[in-house]
Parts: sequence; structure tokens; C-alpha cells
Amino acid sequence: MLAVTDLHAYYGKSHILHGVNLRVGAGEIVSLLGRNGAGRSTTIKAIMGQVDKSGSVRFQGKEIGALEAYRVARCGLGYVPESRDIFPSLTVRQNLLLGQKRATQKGRWSMEDMFQLFPVLRERAEAPAGVMSGGEQQMLTLCRTLMGDPELVMIDEPTEGLAPKIVDLVAGLLEEMKNRGLSILLVEQKLTIALKISQRLYVMGHGQIVFEGKPDELLANEQVRKEWLEV
Amino acid sequence: MEFFAISMLNGLSYGLLLFLLSSGLTLIFSMMGVLNFAHASFYMLGAYFAYQLTGYLGFWPALVIAPLAVGVLGALTERWGLRTVHKYGHVAELLFTFGLFYLIEEVVHLIWGRAPVDYRVPAVLDFSAFTIFSTSYPAYRVFMMAVSVGMLLSLYLLLTRTRIGLIIQASLSHPHMVEALGHNVPRVFMLVFGGGCALAGLAGVIGGNAFVTEPGMAAAVGTIVFVVVVFGGMGSLAGAFIASLFFGAVQTFSVALDYSLLNLLDVFGVSVERTSGWYDVLSLSIAQMAPVLPYLLMVLMLVVRPTGLMGTRET
Repeated sequence: MLAVTDLHAYYGKSHILHGVNLRVGAGEIVSLLGRNGAGRSTTIKAIMGQVDKSGSVRFQGKEIGALEAYRVARCGLGYVPESRDIFPSLTVRQNLLLGQKRATQKGRWSMEDMFQLFPVLRERAEAPAGVMSGGEQQMLTLCRTLMGDPELVMIDEPTEGLAPKIVDLVAGLLEEMKNRGLSILLVEQKLTIALKISQRLYVMGHGQIVFEGKPDELLANEQVRKEWLEV
Repeated sequence: MEFFAISMLNGLSYGLLLFLLSSGLTLIFSMMGVLNFAHASFYMLGAYFAYQLTGYLGFWPALVIAPLAVGVLGALTERWGLRTVHKYGHVAELLFTFGLFYLIEEVVHLIWGRAPVDYRVPAVLDFSAFTIFSTSYPAYRVFMMAVSVGMLLSLYLLLTRTRIGLIIQASLSHPHMVEALGHNVPRVFMLVFGGGCALAGLAGVIGGNAFVTEPGMAAAVGTIVFVVVVFGGMGSLAGAFIASLFFGAVQTFSVALDYSLLNLLDVFGVSVERTSGWYDVLSLSIAQMAPVLPYLLMVLMLVVRPTGLMGTRET
């Protein structure tokens, strides 16, 4: 579904990604692991078209490497950044509405679905999104992207800084997304959630993929975990 | 009392005109991070276009067509100028708008000459609206206020009640996120830039004949608009609104007040001799200080509160 080949990315003069290759199949949850600075966030920003890059990005059989970010999004790719970037002065409902690419868009997720999955969003529907807690903002960011009915969602550290109870909620939503046929590319630092929900994992280091395999293969490979993951 | 009422009304109409300019400038700034030095040039173009069109079609068609033409010019400037320069950073953008300011001034020289043009208040609106005490108040000033208020009300409704307004508001805080949701943010930038320029053009159409239409008008108004935006806080519409009305009042009142610090000292029973070295400074009247007063207030504001009245943005 998503195939990235020989992806190089640059911030100004610094060369961040050195030929990344990865694939995400239809309905698959794939995790991208690694320490801070390994290039995980840059990889998904580059796929999204928000960083200078070279190399090939194919999505559903179409080359999207040269497209602007809004066109990439319209192809069916969703992006949930680590910084969340909710629109603080708009209400929760308005934030969700802006997730839709057009006012008339009907997808597999409705506003009502979101409210049922996360009742707190219904309670806060008319409040400015900026006053919500970090966990609530994370729910909102995920739901906002889902309102655009993406086929594949790239999520950057959704559990960062959240209480364990909220982490469970997020994991639950990821499962629900998979059940509705979405593919997920998950950037994570914590092994626990990634090992639990992913079918395949990649480990990144110094702007390259250094490991690819199934969760039990990563568990068995102590050397990769020591060198590239454990702090 | 009569002086107060008339000055207040004049200050209000001038302040609203300033807000037509500063609202566009501050919206463009908070969205794109570009301080558009040429913003008041679009105000000037509005006035000249209206002058020209009034000759062919009359004032009313000009009132609609001139701001639209200025808006289209603004949108083209963003699409084919600023957007290309954008990747070289904010300094390049600033220099671009700076150059544009001089370019527009020279073009105006070439087409309409250096002397003021005869752009007049239309005859239908050239009467006295009402009389306060013994001074009659011109109807055109009332018309200016009505147009400004109507326009700003529509702008407010557009920003808060429509989908495109929500997209604009969201782009103020996180343009990259808005784009990642599938909205064409570059086009939104172009529309906001064009819209801001159209507002400036409208201010030119209704202000050019109330004041004077000449090639120096962009520089004269431009500096005041900058003072307004800095004083109110860069990027804050509410701040720009308060500052616009405040400076509208300051400018109309200060030119007419003949008091000096000497008068103030008198109240406290202190008198300064003519021979004192301080006498010349202390005897300057507010009216004499009027041209520098806005800048003085801006510097004071920057010292006390560097972000301005309601500004939050760091840059």
C-alpha cells in the first residue's frame, strides 16, 4: 500500500535520512522504532511532503514523492504529529470539522463515532480545544485526522507523556482503526505498545533502517535492542 | 464640549479607516510571518484606481471595482512574487515588500504625476449630515464610518462563521497541520493576502477623497499603520482594533490641543523663566508635538510591553 524506496531527506544543508526503505501493507500496523534523533519523525514528515527530499514514495500504486502536503493528504494519507497541533482558539467540534477535507465529505468515521469512542469530546464539543488536557488533545488530534477518512495514518508518538490509562485508550483506538480496515505507520519509542499491536517493526538508527522483522524476532534479537533501542 | 464631540467623531472615522488597513496587515503577518511594507501602497492604489474609475463610471461602481482590482493585484503579488521569495526566508520577503513599496510609488508617479489628483467626495454625499452645537458634520464622514463598520462586521462573520474562516483561523496557529489535513494552504495564503490588500484598497477609496490623493499618501499612512500594529501587538486583531481607534483619536485631538508642559507645571504652581534652558522644550505644545506623538507612544509601549497591547507572537 505504501512503499518508500531510497528516501533521503535534508534540513537545509544537513542530510538527515540516508536511503530509507520501508513498506506498509493494506490493513497492517507497522511500527517505526528508534531513539530520539534516529530520523523516525523526519521519515514520516518526508512521506507527507513537509521536508526537502529525494527518492520514491508510492502510495496505492501512485508516485506521490513530488506532491505538496495537501495533495498527499488528499490521496488518503493521514498524519498525526507528535506536537499534536490542535487549533487552540477553535472549539473541539470545529477542530473535528476541519479534519474533513470538504464540508460534504462522508467517510467511514462520523462525528458521532468520535463522540461515542471518546465521550469527553462530546462533553467538551463547544469548548475551545486549547483548554483541554494533554490526553484529551491527543484523542482530538487522532479523531481530527480520522474525520478526513484516510486509508493509512502515520502517527508520531501518540502515547508520549500520557498517563497509563490514556495510553490504553489510545491503543484501543488503534485497534479500532485496524478493524475498520486502516493501515497504520506508528512511530514509537516505547517497545511495550509497539510489540503488542504491530504486525511488523522497523528499527532506525542514524537515518537508516537497521532492523526489519516481526515482534518476536525483535524480542529474540538482543543485540539490535541493546545497540539501537535501549537507553 | 463642541470641540470634544467633533474631534471624537473625526477620530472615530479615522480610527476605523486605520483598522481597515491594520486588520489586513496584522492578519497577513500572523498567518505568513511577513510584515508587508507595501501594505499602504495598496491603500494608495485603491485611491488612485477609484479616482480613475470615478471619471469613467462614477463613484459607486468605483467603490466596488477599485478594492476588487487592488485585491486581485495583491493576490497576484503573493502568487507570483512572495511565494517564490518565501523559500529564501523572512529577510528576503521583507526586502521584496520594501522594494514593492518603491516600485508602486514610482508607477504612480509615472501614470498620475507627482501632484495630488482631483479625487473628490461625490456630490450626493457632499452635504451636512447633522449639526452638533454650531458645527455641521459632513455626511461623507458618516458614510466612511458606515462602510468601515459594515466591512469589518462582514470580515468578522467570515472568519468566525464560515468554513474558509475556520481554515484561516487554524492556519494562524498551525499552517503545516492544516495542510496535512488536506487543505490547500498556499491558496488560503493567496486569498488572505489578496483580501488584506482589498481591505487596504477599500480604505483608499473612501479615504483618498476625504483626505488627499497624492504619491506621498502611502508613506504617510504606512508609518502610522505600523505604529498601530506594533502598539496593538503584532498578529492580534483585537489589539489592532483598540490601537486603531486610540491612534485615530490621538491624531485628531493632538493637532488641536494647544497645551504644553509649561501649562501642566503652572497647575502645580511651578513657573519656569524664559531665560531657563528648559523653557524651549517645556513650551512645546501638544499640537507642535502631534507628528511625533504616535512614535513616542510606540517607543513607550515597546519599553513597557515589548509584545504590544495584546500581542503574543515572539518574532
